[in-house]
Amino acid sequence: MADYKMHILVCGGTGCRASQSDKIVETFKTELEMHGLDDEVKVVATGCFGFCEKGPIVKIIPDNTFYVQAGVVDVKDIVEEHIIKGRPLKRLLYHDPATKSQVTDTAHIDFYKKQVRIALRNCGFINPENIEEYIARDGYAALGSVLEMKPSEATQMVKDSGLRGRGGGGFPTGLKWEITAKEKSDQKYVVCNADEGDPGAFMDRSILEGDPHSVIEAMAICGYCIGAGKGLVYIRAEYPLAINRLKIALNQAREFGLLGNDILGSGFDFDIDIRYGAGAFVCGEETALIHSMEGYRGEPTVKPPFPSVSGYLGKPTNVNNVETFANIPVIFNKGVEWFKSIGTENSRGTKVFALAGKVNNVGLIEVPMGITLREVIFDIGGGIRGGKKFKAVQTGGPSGGCLTEQHLDTPIDYDNLIAVGSMMGSGGMIVMDEDDCMVSIAKFYLEFTLDESCGKCTPCRIGNKRLHEILVKITSGNGIEEDIERLRVLGNVIKETSLCGLGQTSPNPVLSTLDNFYDEYLAHVNDKKCPAGQCKDLVHYEINANACTGCTLCFRNCPVGAISGEKKMPHYIDQSLCIKCGVCFEKCRFKAISIV
Amino acid sequence: MKIKTLADLKKIKAEVQEKIKLREQGENAGNIVQVKVAMATCGIASGAKETMSFIIEELDFRGIDAVVTQTGCMGYCYAEPTIEVTLPGKDPVVYGYVDREKARQIIDEYIVKGELVDGIIPVNYKTIDE
Ligand SMILES: Cc1cc2nc3c(=O)[nH]c(=O)nc-3n(C[C@H](O)[C@H](O)[C@H](O)COP(=O)(O)O)c2cc1C
Ligand code: SF4
Repeated sequence: MADYKMHILVCGGTGCRASQSDKIVETFKTELEMHGLDDEVKVVATGCFGFCEKGPIVKIIPDNTFYVQAGVVDVKDIVEEHIIKGRPLKRLLYHDPATKSQVTDTAHIDFYKKQVRIALRNCGFINPENIEEYIARDGYAALGSVLEMKPSEATQMVKDSGLRGRGGGGFPTGLKWEITAKEKSDQKYVVCNADEGDPGAFMDRSILEGDPHSVIEAMAICGYCIGAGKGLVYIRAEYPLAINRLKIALNQAREFGLLGNDILGSGFDFDIDIRYGAGAFVCGEETALIHSMEGYRGEPTVKPPFPSVSGYLGKPTNVNNVETFANIPVIFNKGVEWFKSIGTENSRGTKVFALAGKVNNVGLIEVPMGITLREVIFDIGGGIRGGKKFKAVQTGGPSGGCLTEQHLDTPIDYDNLIAVGSMMGSGGMIVMDEDDCMVSIAKFYLEFTLDESCGKCTPCRIGNKRLHEILVKITSGNGIEEDIERLRVLGNVIKETSLCGLGQTSPNPVLSTLDNFYDEYLAHVNDKKCPAGQCKDLVHYEINANACTGCTLCFRNCPVGAISGEKKMPHYIDQSLCIKCGVCFEKCRFKAISIV
Repeated sequence: MKIKTLADLKKIKAEVQEKIKLREQGENAGNIVQVKVAMATCGIASGAKETMSFIIEELDFRGIDAVVTQTGCMGYCYAEPTIEVTLPGKDPVVYGYVDREKARQIIDEYIVKGELVDGIIPVNYKTIDE
């Protein structure tokens, strides 16, 4: 049996594979064999290191040397110098531009790690169904120390930490607690907003599934600070696993006396109930959420009064998002200064994003505020799938905007994103490539808004409908240039006159694509062309007779029999039958089919 | 078991930490393998439950002393199911795309022989303790 003394890890993530990491693995193997070392050193392909910009990455274990931009040509030197003679190859070490020094992983174990896990600190570490594992990782210690402080002292710490709401608005959390604490009332409520209606977002679900106690503990802390004895988690019924884990966690917390009467002998009583939502986007809006919990229709009402003054059952109510709560215990355990050291001046801490769309590493990530979109998409996300070209990224879901190449180096925080025409939102981040039509993307989000509008106020109910009609007109090739201006005027009216945040932000995808992709709108309207080839009414498929080999693959796959032709002879498409599904285009192995 | 004071909580924390350490290292200093399976919605949808039961049965069948537990989302949704394996005295190693076949390979080569296997997902984030 081979007895390996060393391992060579080669990044086989999609980003690095594009730069030949497969070949590097092969070359390492041959090189090791040549030196008779294949019994002592094993080459292993790994997943993504999250540092793709500097790929391909090679890491040597056990000494943890970390090589960047290692090519096939470097393999021989790594084996002869490092593996055989034990001398790290200086030219392949990472050169830190800030300190102007070379770093090996041994010295700075984390230098290449762009993520910091605060809200997700326990997700993937502990068994969420076992309260003891949470306690072992400092769980409920924050509640314990808060109960020995005055409520106002603890609130001040949250204020000082600079934590802002992670549910979308970014309101300072400590300030909200303070306002609710000042209200005089016999009963107050702490509400956790776990509605998470943003399409593609699943941060809150993951936190509740992976670390439910962090939210329970934070709600109890909030209850103590604002003087509430009762907490409510509003969660959509479509999240059965999260609900189940939350229930288990609540029962265990009660069993351990961490919920209930006289918690830790402090005289403070607090308990939490679960309320189910039916999965309407508007019910994530705090006033609609409260009405839904009261048993009324989930429709928003005008603010003021804010929930902090008159919320659930008319009592002062503090509403916070799941991720906001998940940050709270850490502020007390690690201290305000520690928390403030992460992020930017006006946006402290981290943000969790559900990274989706055309990137290689789709997943749940948590990054310090101030990181750039480029780092998120190209390092952590591993770049664009299939080596295509980046086109845009949508943050803030249906309320947000589409950002482009020129925004890639903008540091992500609440204020910067608003300044460039988008918003932080709850954390959906969808990446688009050259194949995406921006007019269609705007239409897609508006369709979502149309479905989800509660219909209470006219600008949102009717305005968005009209906005959508204009987009349909444009994408079907019937648009005129005045329509573009109409989109802008109508969009702005809807923003200014809608009752709640849903309507006030619903035109954002349209307005931001108008700002950033005006030419694409013009092409649809004036040239009747869809540059990305997505709008079916504006494109048709053609077979290039010179390239077609008559393999019959398209003929066999066309679902409507629109393709004909003899075997080994060029085929052609009957445009009157074609439904533009694009199957032939995808199947053709000779690139004989083009979209025109 | 009710925890009545902050001192109680601290005591229990120490006890649980001890218990977990014991579980991880065993009485005869370091023989227990620890496997965590990411079981959030994304993992389960990709087959994490089947992976977990396979690993439990297979380790049991081979008489390997191990604790297999479930945990939340590790964030590598593109590579589900994901598992984390900690061999006695070693740093945890995360593997992605762990179906039955991959699980068997990980048991054969990593758990039994200590050789790393293709498909490791490097830890790409800092924790609050660093
Ligand atoms: C249409 C709409 C949908 C919303 N959906 C959510 C949601 O799913 N989750 C959430 O936490 N906040 C959502 N919000 C924001 C809430 O109204 C509220 O600001 C938030 O829960 C406050 O918590 P935070 O300060 O911790 O962010 C939504 C707002 C609007 C206008
Ligand atoms: S803006 Fe839309 S969702 Fe909000 S109250 Fe008006 S109709 Fe309802």
